[in-house]
Amino acid sequence: MEFAFLVTLLAAGIRSGTAILFSTIGEIFAERSGVLNLGIEGMMLMGAVTAYGIAFATGNPWIGLGVAILVGGVMALLHAVVTISLRADQVVSGLALTFLGSGLSAVLGAPLVEVRTAPRLPNFPIPVLADLPILGPILFNHNVIVYAGLLAAPLAWWYIHRTRPGMELRAIGEYPAAADALGINVNLQRYAYVVFGGMMAGLGGASLSLAITPLWIEDMTAGQGWIAVGLVIFASWDPLRAALGSYLFGAIRRLPLDSQNLPFFLANPQLGYFMNMLPYLFVILLMLISARSELRRRIGAPAALGQPYVREERGV
Amino acid sequence: MRIQKWSAAGLLLIVALLFAACVAPQPGVQPAAPQAEAPAPAAGGVQIPEPVADKFNVAFVYVGPIGDGGWTYAHNEGRLYLEEALGDTVHTAYLESVPEGADAERVIRNLARAGFNAIFTTSFGFMDPTEAVAEEFPDVYFVHVSGFKRNDANFSNLFGAMENMKYLAGMIAGARAQADGGERVGYIAPFPIPEVIRHLNATTMGMRQTCPNCTMDVRWIFTWFDPDKERQAAESLLEAGADVVITGADTTGPVQVAGEQGKWGIGYDSRNACEVDTEHCLTVPYWEWGPEYVRLVESMIDGTFVGEDIYFDVDSGSLGLLGFMEGQTPAPGVPAEVIPLVEDLLAKMLSGEVNRFSIFTGPINDNKGNEIVPAGVSLTQSDLEGLQGIPGREDCTICMNWLVEGIVPDAEIPQ
Repeated sequence: MEFAFLVTLLAAGIRSGTAILFSTIGEIFAERSGVLNLGIEGMMLMGAVTAYGIAFATGNPWIGLGVAILVGGVMALLHAVVTISLRADQVVSGLALTFLGSGLSAVLGAPLVEVRTAPRLPNFPIPVLADLPILGPILFNHNVIVYAGLLAAPLAWWYIHRTRPGMELRAIGEYPAAADALGINVNLQRYAYVVFGGMMAGLGGASLSLAITPLWIEDMTAGQGWIAVGLVIFASWDPLRAALGSYLFGAIRRLPLDSQNLPFFLANPQLGYFMNMLPYLFVILLMLISARSELRRRIGAPAALGQPYVREERGV
Repeated sequence: MRIQKWSAAGLLLIVALLFAACVAPQPGVQPAAPQAEAPAPAAGGVQIPEPVADKFNVAFVYVGPIGDGGWTYAHNEGRLYLEEALGDTVHTAYLESVPEGADAERVIRNLARAGFNAIFTTSFGFMDPTEAVAEEFPDVYFVHVSGFKRNDANFSNLFGAMENMKYLAGMIAGARAQADGGERVGYIAPFPIPEVIRHLNATTMGMRQTCPNCTMDVRWIFTWFDPDKERQAAESLLEAGADVVITGADTTGPVQVAGEQGKWGIGYDSRNACEVDTEHCLTVPYWEWGPEYVRLVESMIDGTFVGEDIYFDVDSGSLGLLGFMEGQTPAPGVPAEVIPLVEDLLAKMLSGEVNRFSIFTGPINDNKGNEIVPAGVSLTQSDLEGLQGIPGREDCTICMNWLVEGIVPDAEIPQ
């Protein structure tokens, strides 16, 4: 009985943590390259609204998914231009991107609020594996997008830690001057990773509106973009820990619901308010980290996080 | 087709905006903003709209976006109804996503100062700000939705007896569970406040009418609007064995989840909530703010408006139950045998014969088996709203802080 409770809890956690996971992985790449992007919430919202709108217009959720990824990338490109080429403040630019995304998605999405019939990404129980006891329902009976998340985390880890480009990525975020001396084009790579981060956020948004909470409502991310920003720290810039954190977060949201009717401390509303506050607390923490090199070193943040790279200037 | 074109236009717009942002002028060489138009006053970063001369100007202050598909959406439909009904005599404007608190007071004050004749504020947290501004502008009319404060002149509060429609929805849910051989219905309760508890209790009593053995399971979610949490709550209820999930929150997610699992859902707030899954959606108790808005604005125009506590019942025409109002047909999932029962009781509500007090008439026990309302006693308005220590209002004696019999016995109101 209690086992069944745990199984459904974990399955729900994995499902609802998927959108956060995509965005978190994207942000890990951007931050690993040295660029903080607080615009995830805005990019996710734009991803969600374009995915839903395009899926409805074309009748094909996959086209919606593709366009959402592109839109996320284009928005991140804007952040890249402002922070890498123009060397503007990354925090300010990221916040502006969030405002842009939430406002623009509301305007574009206004006619979609009444649309309830856009196609969704399919659920796909994996044959044989889905029938396994315990592991089957937790891991192998999900929407296709959930499997993509399960694969994305180890892939991202492997890329960052086991490949040559991954090493270059770490280098430009830790010591861009050295990377530059080795002939790595620091700013070009930063552009690429920031745009990739945006594409992942767009994918995260699309996975919400096409699979996890399949509909479009204004502000439907309800703060998940900020949670992703916070999870990056929690995961200390590691995609595998990010997966753990995202799924845990999904499960933690579910736990107080399942445990109601039990005299259980998690049903305590004060805790609910506290949980709602956590992501924003993390954001403050992150801004603090990117401002203090001592702190960055201690918790394993990329040393050049938040610092634009200028050749010939003595960097970190 | 229309949407398709619109999507293409939208994408073009995004690209154009991004392009425009990329070539934005460097700081310091920005062209001077055009000064031709008089700048509208701004409050808390919110642009205050302009009233129109020679019309009766009505402003609406919304807590959420009009695109929420729920509470604020329904209020905005009411605003459009008002414009339609009164035509050229009125001009309406609205401000959406206004945060509750100090900002709200500034927004409301600036609307009054800008020359609006009437201001409607549609969230509980706007109550004190509305009261404060109503004192300062005796020539402007104020209506606050979902609170309990007013004055004797230019400030009313407005709410409606949704508990009636919730009771009927409960009857439908009970009948459905009974027909499926189930014994459990689930309710998603946003906050432990009198309004929500009242709706939950009424729903449960309705359910017990058609399914005396059914129990009502509850999930408190501590939010009005969180698509993921609402879906999760629905899943949690279904896993605990619910055959029907009734939501008291804003989105249609719970109805969707129920449908996906081949179970049944009942929505809330706005009348198109069922469109998400017409096959598995049983009904929606919804708000129809338009008629009440029109009545109030007409009384303002002809000068008969006085500050009062307005709590409309079903006979006002401002409450709806999807599938059972004029010109509607019940959803396919509603069991045939319950349709005449609901129609009959709804007719009595529409004629005023049955109202909120008839529903909350004893004997009523709580979910622990204690008697709460003795036989023959009806709750008072203050009891229903759980009012205590409000100047000018009676204190409640049987305050709305108990869960009715039929709700799972272990359930408590979170403190």
